[in-house]
Parts: sequence; structure tokens; C-alpha cells
Amino acid sequence: MRPILLSGHERALTQIKFNRDGDLLFSVAKDQHVCAWFSHNGERLGTYKGHQGAIWTVDVNPDSTMIASGSADNTIRLWEVKTGRLLKTWEFPTAVKRVEFNEEGTQLLGVTEKRMGHLGSIVVLNINPDIDGEQSDEKELTIVCDESKATVAGWSYMNKYIIAGHEDGSVSQYDAKTGEQLENLPIHDLNMQLTDLQWSSDRTYFITASKDKTAKLVAARDLEVLKTYPSDTPLNSATMTPKKDFVILGGGQAAMDVTTTAARQGKFEARFYHKIFEDEIGRVRGHFGPLNTVAADPTGKSYASGGEDGYVRVHHFDKGFFDFSYEVERERQRAMQQQ
Amino acid sequence: MAPSFDHLRDADVDEDDYDENEIDLSDLREKYEVQLEQGFDTFVVIDGLPEVTEEQKPKLVKFLLKKLKSVGNTKEESIFMPMGDDGKSMRFAFVEYSTAAEAAAAVRQLDLVRPRGPCRGGVPTPVIEEFKEKEHMRSWLADPSGRGRDQFAMYRGETVGVFWNNEKDTPENVVDRQHWTESFIQWSPLGTFLTSVHQQGVQLWGGPSWTRQRRFAHPFVNMLDFSPGEKYVVTWSNRPISIPDEGHPQLAADDDGKNYVIWEVETGKPLRSFANLDLPTTGPDGQPLKAPPKFPWPAFKWSADDKYVARLTQGQSISVYELPRMTLLDKTTIKIEGVMDFEWAPATVQRDGNKSYEQLFCYWTPELGSNPAKVGLMSIPSKEVVRSLNLFSVSDAKLHWQSDGTYLAVKVDRHSKSKKSQATTLEIFRVREKGVPVEVVDTIKDTVINFAWEPKGDRFVIITTTEPVGQTAVPPKTSVAFFCPEKVKGNVVGNFKHLRTLEKKNSNSSDLEFYDMDFEGEKPESDKDLTANLQLMNISDHYGVTDVQWDPSGRFVTSWASAWKHAMENGYHIYDFKGEQLREEPLEKFKQWAWRPRPATLLTKEEQKQIRKNLREYSKTFEQEDAERVAGADQAVVEERRRMLDEWYAWRQSVEEELEWEREELGLSKPAEAAAKGEDAEGEVIEEIVEEVLEETEEIVQ
Repeated sequence: MRPILLSGHERALTQIKFNRDGDLLFSVAKDQHVCAWFSHNGERLGTYKGHQGAIWTVDVNPDSTMIASGSADNTIRLWEVKTGRLLKTWEFPTAVKRVEFNEEGTQLLGVTEKRMGHLGSIVVLNINPDIDGEQSDEKELTIVCDESKATVAGWSYMNKYIIAGHEDGSVSQYDAKTGEQLENLPIHDLNMQLTDLQWSSDRTYFITASKDKTAKLVAARDLEVLKTYPSDTPLNSATMTPKKDFVILGGGQAAMDVTTTAARQGKFEARFYHKIFEDEIGRVRGHFGPLNTVAADPTGKSYASGGEDGYVRVHHFDKGFFDFSYEVERERQRAMQQQ
Repeated sequence: MAPSFDHLRDADVDEDDYDENEIDLSDLREKYEVQLEQGFDTFVVIDGLPEVTEEQKPKLVKFLLKKLKSVGNTKEESIFMPMGDDGKSMRFAFVEYSTAAEAAAAVRQLDLVRPRGPCRGGVPTPVIEEFKEKEHMRSWLADPSGRGRDQFAMYRGETVGVFWNNEKDTPENVVDRQHWTESFIQWSPLGTFLTSVHQQGVQLWGGPSWTRQRRFAHPFVNMLDFSPGEKYVVTWSNRPISIPDEGHPQLAADDDGKNYVIWEVETGKPLRSFANLDLPTTGPDGQPLKAPPKFPWPAFKWSADDKYVARLTQGQSISVYELPRMTLLDKTTIKIEGVMDFEWAPATVQRDGNKSYEQLFCYWTPELGSNPAKVGLMSIPSKEVVRSLNLFSVSDAKLHWQSDGTYLAVKVDRHSKSKKSQATTLEIFRVREKGVPVEVVDTIKDTVINFAWEPKGDRFVIITTTEPVGQTAVPPKTSVAFFCPEKVKGNVVGNFKHLRTLEKKNSNSSDLEFYDMDFEGEKPESDKDLTANLQLMNISDHYGVTDVQWDPSGRFVTSWASAWKHAMENGYHIYDFKGEQLREEPLEKFKQWAWRPRPATLLTKEEQKQIRKNLREYSKTFEQEDAERVAGADQAVVEERRRMLDEWYAWRQSVEEELEWEREELGLSKPAEAAAKGEDAEGEVIEEIVEEVLEETEEIVQ
């Protein structure tokens, strides 16, 4: 599994996203541009320039025509993938920490930071799928997080709920139409913030990563914790691999503590766990800083990790990866085939 | 202008004119009110007196007074002996002492009772609690799984738990409690009690339900030490005890200002308390010490059979107390001029040619004037020095008993005449042999930093370093030297010989090396005459290791990285005796690991021999059991996985159905992805031929 090293960023990576077809990869970092890459060979398709601050988040719509990015310059920007044209800029009072398109790409949510007297909030914007069409300035919905600010958020299946992860370790379920809070459960340890929230392909369940050193698999409909993956380091990101029932966790000693400990202390490895059995299966080394983000190719061929060290590493899975399965899984497969 | 007396208006003067009764003085009253003696702190009750008539009474009072005055100040009028209607005494008396402290002393020393105060509505009938069978304090020795596993306690975060060692598998939890202790945990030497240490004192826990067994309320206790037989405990606090005016549940007024308390475990009562001794500020050579002396611990040392406890007054004497009365042996300390250290024999030794009961301790004194330094072996209770050895040019000595008390090794650091070079010799006393012969093992040029006997054996190891020991950032380069006796004919132990020295090659300080002392393979020619065959079995790396401990059976060893020393990779490793790592568990804020000690076996020597002889037979059954258990465990894991898999797919199915239903309800089509998948399944291939005309030119050919 030889990685492709994408060294296009000058500063720490913040988020990586694959498009739905798995052929493009978008990465954002604390330097001020979004990069688009061909995932199969690591060639750069281009960059999207315009942000005036660190970019925290990026997402691509389902048909790979537009991307949205959120930045510390207090804007969400919408770009045309093909040309790099800036389609729209929305201004906010504070930095934008997370953006995500809904299933159809008709709406976009953004998570804004709590700062300077402004409470953290989740905003929903309507997106005109027509690339040349007019984009509305109006916010469809604003959910104010007055208890603990949201750090991550996403759309559930059928845009039914908005699920948000908070700084205090809890996870909330909001009605995506009205913005009403339906549920708020302490999923992770108290005051251990959620650092990532990624969806299964059908958006019925999601995986959370937290500073409490665990990742959890949670059902969207009732926020029931299905699985827990304990690790020995604070986690920054977690993702699920399609095709195989694995999850990938990324983390490492917080960047500010790294210099005070030995190199082997850092634990800068991507960890693979079995999604159902919760067993750790293996680790992939390579980064020399904590992993800030991991993303799995939706077609299941590869995964990518972005580190504090400024590199993106794209790994294409070997045959061994696909062949590996537990005896009980094989048993079940045989039983299925017989039916 | 400031108002002077002349200028004072009437109003100013009249300001003091108020009604005294109107002032609310209740708060001041409360504060300064003189409390009249209340309660019965100065009274004691003498019970069980002989019945006397009015005429006989003065005689008895006089007799009592004599006894009572031995403890404190009282007088005849203070003895009140109630007389019954029949003119005879009621066989008890109240006595008033001048102070509460004297009364307390009388209670303790004369075994009297304090009055409890007036009883309203008659004397309550004492409730005799129904007899409840106590829990079996040694139930843990019968491992419920029948595998003879050992237990250990772990202190991590704020939680203390006791577990069964399951080798490779997750330890089986026996009990787990939050905030069980405030500073550390300690097992009693025979493993009966787990001790927790709190600001209010120490508590002992045990039995199958882990209930509190004893409580020793020594406030701000820092350290504790059990006697080898678990009969007594000494607790120490750096802070002198301060007894509040309202009294203390366990300690008495005259324990005030003391630092050590010796307790009896059986009754939970204090026997005697002691204050810290002033530590000498000068070294053995009369030079003032540079660093402030550390409090020696343990200060009170127990004899092997719990009969004596002794404390050293450095440079002067050793005080030996007899237990349980805690009185000085022969009412006097043993004066040994210059004595620096002493150590009891860890077992009761039967010396050759000695028939009577004795406990031994050894001590050493430095050179004093023209007198040589001395190592002495003293027998208690006779206080007879049974062996003494003169030594010269001694700068320091350390006393190391072998666990059976068979040998005593004295590590003597010597300096040359100019005091420029140092060398170490090991003087080994063969305590059980006639006349206690002393053998000198070669002079070691390097500094010996540590020494250890093989438990119950006759071999030892030392750690040496060529560099001076001091506060350096880099750990010194050290080597380990092994020593063992020579092979000789007959049932005697030969002279101690150097077996091998192993230099440490790299500076990686986290390696654990495992050696076999009785390797069964080939033996080097040079070691032919020695009773050991050294073989390195394994090297394991444990990054950040701070402590190592063997389990009581010697089958496993644990190394751990404690959060008390650093915050890196806290957790533990378990190895088997061969050095193969069985288990590794990183634990947040891992602090302490403690194997539960076991009491000595109840089997006789013959029975043990028998077992050793039939070991192969036993091991066959055990191995089979182990194999079965592993197979069973594997089966259980597979079953568990099967269950998880089924559960997962069942959940998925329910979610998918619900999703389907909800979509239909809303009249939504399948999401794009699913639709795309459907197309794929049909295998429709769309072929698109793109023709691009790059350039079209027309040339007219002439």
C-alpha cells in the first residue's frame, strides 16, 4: 500500500473530502487555498483562491459541480469545481468551522464559531444547483447553540435531522426543517470535544471522533451508541470504509504538546478497527505530526489522511485488504450465497 | 479644624448616653463566656471493688489512693464511693482527677472506665449484637477458577481495583472502587488486608466482600509498615498529632505531638506513640552533612516473629520494645556508641550450637578515634553480641540479609588512606554455621549501587558503576555482576565466587533482561565448579518503565510506568518468567500496581518435596486444562463475534426498512446513488464517440 504524497499545502491540513465518484479529492489547510486532486495519481487539478484566512472545512456537492469552503475569514464560499470560479460568498460574524451539503446538494449547512460575543450557530443556506444561477443571500434556518457550541454537524438521511457534535462532548439531534432540538445526549466524556462526524453511505448512522480518545458509531434516528472504538490518543478524525466493514481513526498528541515528548510518543498513525467487532486491525504510519483528518473514498478503493505536518497521503488498498475477513464473516457470506 | 475637648458640643458628649440593656451583646457573650467544667473528662470509675462497710471504707480508699496517685493527682475527697441502703458499699467508686489528661492516663494504664454521663430514664439495656460469622479473610487463596491465580491491585486515575491475573486475557475484576484511597495502596505482608491511606488515617480492607476490617485514625498519615506477621502496624506522619479538645476517637491526649503510632491489628487499638527523633546533623566522620537528612523509613523495625520492634537513635543506641506491651526490653535502651544502622534477621535463625530462643539483628558502627569500624550481630533478648567483625577505612556500610536469615552480606565501601580512591568489599556472614564464619568476596573497584540476594537461595547480584553516583541527567553506565557459591562435596555451601559481569552496552534504559540462573543447556568450562549456569533468555522493551515487581509465585513479572513519576505511556506490561510479554495495557493516569502477597505454604517440607517430584504428572494435567480453556475461550470469542455480526445485520435491516417506508411515505424516489446502482446492475453500457476536429485546412494542389 504505497501512499501517494500530496505536498501542495504549506500548513497543517484541516479537512479532506472525496467526491462521490471517488476520483477527485479536495483538501483544505491553514494556508489560504483549497486544492483539488485526482485521487488515482495525485495530480493536482487546481486550486481555489480567494479566502483571506485559514480554511477549516470543505465539501463537494453530489454531482461534483460545486464545492463549498468555510474559513477563518468569516465566510463560506461556493466555487465551481471545473473552473475555480467563485460563485458566491456568504459573510458571517465569526469563523466557519464546518460546511456540509445535504444528500441532494440543495442545501448547505455551516457551523459558525462562538467568539466576540456571538454564540456558535448552525446556519442552513439554500443552494441553487444551476451553476450559473443566482444564489440566495437568505439563510433558510439558523440554530443557535446557546449551551455548548457546535464543533461539527451534518445532514442525516432524507434531510430529516441535522446532527451536531458539541464542545462539551454531547451530540444533538435537530429537526432539519424547524431547527428544533429533539435530543441532546452526552455521547463522549464531559468536556471532551467532538472533533469529527462522518456519515455512512446512506446517512442512517455516523461515526464521531473525540478528544476523549474514543470514536463511536451512533445511529441517526435515536442517537443510540452502536459501537465504541477506544484508542490511546486524542482523536481528530474518524471515517468508515465502504465495501469493507472497517473504520479508520486519526489523531495523535495535540500539536502543542508534540515537541515536549519523544517522537515515538506522538502516535501519528492511522488506526484501522473492525466496524462491527471493534477490534483494532492495524495501523498505518507515515505522518510526522498528528492526523487532523481522514477520509475514505466512497467507492472503497482508497483512503486519504491529512496531517499537521502539511501533507496529504493517499493510500490505495491492496488485494490483501479486500481479502481480509473474519471467519464468521466468511461463514455468513457463504450462507448468503447459498440462499 | 479637628474638634478639641473645648469645642465638643453636648451632642457629641451625649452620644455615649444610651441604655445599656439595649445593646445586643449576645454575640460577644457567646464568644467570651467562660465555660464551666462540664462533662466527666476528669472522672474515672473504678468497678469491681470488694464490698465494704462504712468502717472498712477509709482503708480501701487509702489503698485506692495509692494506686490512683501513681498516674495522676487526686485526693481522698475526690473519691466518692456510694453506699447502699444496707450500709454496704455498692462495689464501685468515682474518682476525680485534677486534669482530663490524668484521667485519660488512668483509664489506659489502670484499665478503668470513664463515666458516660447522666442517663435519663434509667440505664438502657445493653444490646448484645447477634453473633455474625466473620468473613473468611483468606478466601482468595482458593481461586474460584481452580487455577491458583494470583491477585493484584491497581491504582489508576482515582480508582483502585483488585483483579485476578489472567495472563494474556483481560484481568478479571474482583472489586473496583472510586476514591478508595487518597494517596497510595499497600498490601499487608501476608496479603490479608488491602490498606488505603487517607487524611484521617489508614483503613484495612479484606474478605470476599471487601468490607472495612480496621481503621487506624492517625491524622495526616504519610507512611505505614506492618509487622511481618501482620499483628502490628506502625503509622507515621510528618505532622505531629494534635488531639483536639473534644478528644479523638482512638488516640488519647498524651499522644499529642507524637509522629509514630504503633497499633495492634487484632483489636485496632493504639499501643504506644512516639515522637520523631532529632536527626543527626553530622555524618559518621563528624563532618556536618551537606544535605538535610531524610527521615529514615522504616524507623521502627520488626523482628521476624513480631515479638520485638526496635528503633535506632543514630550514633547512640537502639531501643528494643517488647510486644504487645511496648515496654523497653529490660527497661533500658541498648547503648552502642556510634551505631549507624541496624537490621533484624528476616527469619528466626537457628544458630549452630544455640538452643535457646533468640532473634538476631546486625548493626554497624564507624571508626571512632582509634577504634576500628565494627559490624556486630546481637542476640535478643540476651543482648549478647554473638559475632563482631572489625573493619578499617570504612566510609559506609550497607546490611543485606538473605530472606531466610542464613546469610548476612555487608557491603563495605572503603577508602584508601588518602581518601582518594574508593573500593567495595562484600563481607558475608554465614549465620547458621558454627561460630558465624565471615567470608570476604573480592574487592570491587567500581561503586556498588545495589545488592540483592536470591530469595531463599544462596546467590546474589550487584549493580556497579564506574562513574560516581550523583545527580546527573544521563543515567550512569552500569553493569550487573552475578555471584554464586562454588560446588563442594557434602552438604555444605562452598565459597562465593564471581560468576559473570554483564556490561550494559547501550544507554536504552527501558530494556528488561531475563536471565536463567539454572540453565539446563551447555555450561561453559569456566563455570564448571559453580552452582549456577547463567543464560540470557529474553530482552523486552518497556518504554518509560518506572517499577518492576514479581508476583508472589515467581511465575510472572509486571513492569509499569507510573503517573507519579512521569506522564508518558502510563500503563503496565505482564511478562512470564521467561521474559515473554503476555499483556500490555496502556492506562490513563496509571499510578500503582501491587501483587497480593501470599502467606507461607501450609504444606510440610516432605509434602512439598513430593509435589516437586511429581511435577511432571501435575504439569500434564495443567497443560491439558490450559489447552481446553484456550480452546473454550476461542470458541467463546467466535460465538461473540457471530452474535455481534447478526446483531449488526439485524439492526441494518430494521433501519433500511424504516428508511424505505419513510421514503415511500413522503413519496420520494430512491436516492441518486441507489438509482445509479440499479442501472449498473442492468449492465447498460453507454458508448459515446466523441469526434473532435482539431484543425481543418484546405489546400489546393496545383
